[in-house]
Amino acid sequence: MITISAISEIFPVLMQGIKITITVLLASIVCGYLFAFIAGFCRLSNNVILRKFTGLYVEVFRGTSLIVQLFWLYYALPILFGFDLGSDFWAGVLAISLNYGAYMSEIVRGSILSVAKGQTEAATALNMSSFQRMRLVIFPQAVKMMLPEFGNYLIQMLKATSLVSLIGMTDILYYGDILRSSNLSQAPTVYLLVLVFYFILALPLIFLTRKMESISKKGVASE
Amino acid sequence: MSEPIVKFQDVHKSFGDVKVLKGIDLEIKPAEKVAVIGPSGSGKTTIIRMLMTLEEPTAGDIIVGDQNLWKMEKNGNMIEANDKHLREIRGDIGMVFQHFNLFPHMTILENCMTAPIHVKKESKESARKHSIEMLEKVGLGDKLDNYPSQLSGGQKQRVAMARALVMRPKVMLFDEVTSALDPELVGEVLEVIRDIAKDGEMAMILVTHEMDFALDVADKVLFLDEGVIAEQGTASDVIEHSKNERLQSFLKRFRS
Repeated sequence: MITISAISEIFPVLMQGIKITITVLLASIVCGYLFAFIAGFCRLSNNVILRKFTGLYVEVFRGTSLIVQLFWLYYALPILFGFDLGSDFWAGVLAISLNYGAYMSEIVRGSILSVAKGQTEAATALNMSSFQRMRLVIFPQAVKMMLPEFGNYLIQMLKATSLVSLIGMTDILYYGDILRSSNLSQAPTVYLLVLVFYFILALPLIFLTRKMESISKKGVASE
Repeated sequence: MSEPIVKFQDVHKSFGDVKVLKGIDLEIKPAEKVAVIGPSGSGKTTIIRMLMTLEEPTAGDIIVGDQNLWKMEKNGNMIEANDKHLREIRGDIGMVFQHFNLFPHMTILENCMTAPIHVKKESKESARKHSIEMLEKVGLGDKLDNYPSQLSGGQKQRVAMARALVMRPKVMLFDEVTSALDPELVGEVLEVIRDIAKDGEMAMILVTHEMDFALDVADKVLFLDEGVIAEQGTASDVIEHSKNERLQSFLKRFRS
């Protein structure tokens, strides 16, 4: 049964997890975009080794499951290589950001490639160096094209943070699971509230995505 | 006679198996206005794109001033030019494109100012001043803060010309600059080109389908056909008095 008294009991417990969910999300966003840009540019590099190596990273991380990647970073790496990330926080953040960074690097690469070729040619005709062409002409337009997809991935990253409860991090879902295991009959109320929590967290991200979409419609020459 | 500013020596260009240019020899003197005409696919645009370093020739030499554009000397050998070498020479050349290629994320003024500031290291104030002067010259002094998307095709093309002129090139290339325009907008763009041509000092190469305009502005007309220069001479020689049959039939299609 879902009752008001149950809700008022569960709500404060779940609130305790919100801080972890948000910090993991913010760190994953920062690192995820960072990986996306680094990998995206590497895949456009003239250096074959760099390009192939980054391609391998992207395909491996897109082609395997996030939860397995998380377990690798948290459980397997320390045992295999004695390489310990030091905390469950960084294992969680790295898994999410490496995974979504791989997806988003394709957006970075695709957006840069889809800026019209005439833009590069006009910049060349004005005698800009290849770096100036990228910085002044191509990149500002490409970023606008990246925005809508980047927004979608923000929301996906929020949802992915719930996986860190599986390596013992005390996020929203973790507290939900604890409540459920102590009183199974409360499960519907607990998970309903967990859903509501995630949805409320997603609302600003949804709003932001809309905003990004409207910005991206202006001022781009694409093919 | 002054030394040519641009020389093509037996220049060839292929795209895959398709031979577009089959030995182009060409000299352009400072301040000379040259119109390049010919059927589509004859390689007109490719000639100026190679000069702008947008395409690399398959064989032959392109000399700008006293330097080989696509080759450079290293330890006594001629090797393929690197980016630095290209940049040194490219500064003397400017280009206006068929599809304008304005930077859509910048205002009209920024479109003109960016290269002088970042490439020529001009101060912001002087780049701004020169850009405004140039935009006024092409009749767009009242649109400085507009974005390209707010302009008509003819206005866009005039901005593109101002943007190229601010860099003060010695040779300016025009790639079918009126082909993408609505017929009623062609006039205003040709007017500006005529104006630029009158100023004199700059050499101009115009790839064009506007025969009357070519006749009016150009000192020299080249008729390009199947990858070679089939006919060249003064505008009236080539357009009005040539006996070349392919040229005649080409012209007939424009004069009907």
